[in-house]
Amino acid sequence: MDLALTVNGREVRAAIEPHELLLDFLRDRLGLTGAKRSCDVQVCGTCTVLVEGQPVSACTYLAADAQGRRVLTIEGFAQSPEFERFEEAFLRHAALQCGYCTPGLLLTIKSLRDSGELASEADIRHGLDGNLCRCTGYRSILEAARELAA
Amino acid sequence: MPLHRLPLHSGGRAGAGRLTVLERPRLTEVGVSRPRKDGREKLSGQAQYVGDMEVAGMLHGKVLRSPVAHAGIESINVSAALELDGVAAVLTGSDLDDIEPYYGHAIKDRPIIALDRVRFAGEPVAAVAALDEATAEAAVRAIQVEYEELPVLGTLEQALASDAPRLHDRRPELGLFHGLGELGEQRGNVCYLHTIVGGDIERARAEAEITVEGTYTFPAVYQYAMETHATIAHHHGDAVTLWANCQHPFLVQAEIADLFGLEVGSVRIMVPYLGGGFGSKSYTKMEPLTVALARKAGRPVRIVNRVEESMVTTRRHGMRCWMRTMADRDGTLLAREVHFWLDTGAYADNGPRVTATAADAAPGPYRFEAAEVQGYCVYCNTPPSGSYRAFGATHLQWIGELQVDEVAHRAGVDPLELRRRCLLVPGEPVRPDGSGKPLDADLIGDVERVAAAVGWDGPRRAWVGRGVSVGLLAAGAHPVSRASVRLSADGSVDVYVGTTELGQGPRTVMAQIAAEELGLSSELVRVHGADTRFTPYDRSTGASRSTTIAGLAVKRAADAVGERLRETASELWDVDPTLVELVGGQAVVSGEEISLPDLIAKRFGFRGGEIIEGGEVRPTGGDTGSYAEGPYFWEVCVAGAEVEVEPETGVINVLRTATIADVGKAINPQLVERQDEGATLQGIGNALFEEMRLVDGLVTNDNLLEYRIPRLSDLPQRMRSIIVENEDGPGPYGAKGCGEGAFAAVPAAIACALADAGVPMRELPLTPERVWRRIQELAGQPQREDQSHD
Repeated sequence: MDLALTVNGREVRAAIEPHELLLDFLRDRLGLTGAKRSCDVQVCGTCTVLVEGQPVSACTYLAADAQGRRVLTIEGFAQSPEFERFEEAFLRHAALQCGYCTPGLLLTIKSLRDSGELASEADIRHGLDGNLCRCTGYRSILEAARELAA
Repeated sequence: MPLHRLPLHSGGRAGAGRLTVLERPRLTEVGVSRPRKDGREKLSGQAQYVGDMEVAGMLHGKVLRSPVAHAGIESINVSAALELDGVAAVLTGSDLDDIEPYYGHAIKDRPIIALDRVRFAGEPVAAVAALDEATAEAAVRAIQVEYEELPVLGTLEQALASDAPRLHDRRPELGLFHGLGELGEQRGNVCYLHTIVGGDIERARAEAEITVEGTYTFPAVYQYAMETHATIAHHHGDAVTLWANCQHPFLVQAEIADLFGLEVGSVRIMVPYLGGGFGSKSYTKMEPLTVALARKAGRPVRIVNRVEESMVTTRRHGMRCWMRTMADRDGTLLAREVHFWLDTGAYADNGPRVTATAADAAPGPYRFEAAEVQGYCVYCNTPPSGSYRAFGATHLQWIGELQVDEVAHRAGVDPLELRRRCLLVPGEPVRPDGSGKPLDADLIGDVERVAAAVGWDGPRRAWVGRGVSVGLLAAGAHPVSRASVRLSADGSVDVYVGTTELGQGPRTVMAQIAAEELGLSSELVRVHGADTRFTPYDRSTGASRSTTIAGLAVKRAADAVGERLRETASELWDVDPTLVELVGGQAVVSGEEISLPDLIAKRFGFRGGEIIEGGEVRPTGGDTGSYAEGPYFWEVCVAGAEVEVEPETGVINVLRTATIADVGKAINPQLVERQDEGATLQGIGNALFEEMRLVDGLVTNDNLLEYRIPRLSDLPQRMRSIIVENEDGPGPYGAKGCGEGAFAAVPAAIACALADAGVPMRELPLTPERVWRRIQELAGQPQREDQSHD
């Protein structure tokens, strides 16, 4: 089937299989490897990208469902002026270690922030509970998110 | 050497390694929390992991894995798979006739791919290389295998039964890196036995007035590095090139060379960033199979595991343990006996070393008159078990510490006071037989700090308990690391060191060490991923050894570069080289200064050239670096916890944790804290809910829906990481490793806190169901005195 969508602000057209996953489409066809594969069952959050500003697990989201929509990956987000604040907050708190979960976390925080769902401590704890991190122990991520919420 | 009782330790840290620190220049890079050098690359999604990489002509590999835990292979029919468009090669055991296909760094007991028998569910039986992953998957499904099922030894009890069939009938052959001396006779399914005996246990039994004894169960758990195992292999001519997410590239290099009959230098391994390791990528994992498939295909092949595949590639050993602790009437510890059995799965992997390390942790760091430890590493028809952060110590510490608390309870002594009285002090032998390194840390000071941090003496509410735990982990592995430091004409620096960046931060820490020695900013220092063709040898990235051992090699290499600079400056100014200081990016003597680029230009006569020097750490003083001589240092495992249990549900809430990073010197304090915080959460997972449920050898929860790991909401209400800097480590600036100890200590502190709240448990994880059942069971018994709470 023919797919037309916007990825990181650029229009993309491709012939895809109807069952093709958004994660494979981004990684294998577009070479956007910032979204990582891990659990494959929508639990870990490491493949998170934004579709129309909403976080989705690209490992269980059909590329076909992104038809006509705007997709933002970490590569696109990193080009935006607001990214610098995120970068500085994460660096200051050393809120990353291996870095595998980091792109998904950043995009999740961006989405929550844009939609006003990062206002309270409870928001942060609830909103980030779907992004696993095996390295950091979360405290530093929580602190970076608090700083970004402020 | 016979054990002896030392005079009682009296309060505080008297005699506990008090140090005289000599006057020396102030450190400018070391001890500072520099931001991660890999931070921007990782945050922006540009950091590459093996699964993100492609090489020209690369095929995609998929593995057919056994659905049964124990069977003979009657036949394999690959013809339908080969007929699929896009399939380049199918590998089975019959393709390995020209090599000796067994590997294993400890014991060569594992074929690259099943030959005529499968010993665990998930064992590779065939592998396909195809143009894309979907085709490879379809081809794997088209392969037909006939199995003749055999009795499954799915549990330790089944594997140890007197009539159990032996899972391995080849004569055991030592692997290249067994490291534990002679391999004793293997009896039945016991793969390795580690025994430690010291003192007169019979006398202690006769003297003991308090005896605590029990049988305990520890679960199999999954490391879950979020990035699964991934390898790209190319077998070309008499050479192999690998891109692998391995922690120990030089050990993998040697094993691949040995397996495929190649020269070590002909095997090249490149290691980019790792998406976590925690031991799961230590030693050799998917590399031999990927190389064999690439050899068959004649083209590069990439294999990236799914989570369910990585779960059967390696895991943490499940364990049964019997332990007895004996004490005087006043609680003074006299002796301990321990027997434990680790389920190492179908192949040894790192089981022998896990067993040795567990045996080292079994007595606990106490002044016993006698101790006897027997650790059995047992083959079962279960997925192979290997390394996971703080292995061995995590298995044993919670059991030993529960028994210490029970002794204290029976003697009517505060558990913290009992520890003050009986913990070893620096310089005392740790191993009951007196062998190896004596204690090199202030444990009493450490445990007092965590006790204070969890409010030890504060009032207690019902169903709230507090615990502290103390242990030691044999750390450092084999003390061999080399590094080189290269100063370019522009004054910037490259550090080549084999340590793998798996999140712990060596690219930052090594840069700080080199910068400190050269008197320049770490912003000018680049630290690279290992490429065995160019990077000097490093034994491994594990056992908390990198900063201590590889870091010392980097320091020595940087020192040597500094020497060359001083020589050049001394020639320039005609002064003694010892008078030249390297500071602020310049060479300085009184009244003279020159920037490093200008100094290098003076040395070579133009704006080019470089200074490159090596540094080495190896066993010295007649040592061989053996396990028995070791460890290089004892990693401290100390934590405190405060927990609340909900009696109606059995749910445990972790209110407070405190961990000790007894690191000698924190090169980067922020990274030290992250290590302990990460270990704390992994410890909470292991203690409270992580468990691979194995039924007849099958992992019945092989996905992240059913195998739960800690989330943000599992963060304790208060979590403290306390850094202790006594400058008593063998590494650079008195540093010693960290990051594992907290993992061993936290489950123990939680189990002790839960017992203090009135619910003593003998099985991990402490799931709500188990805890609730125990509460019901205890409700039917008369209450212990200590269960009445204020």
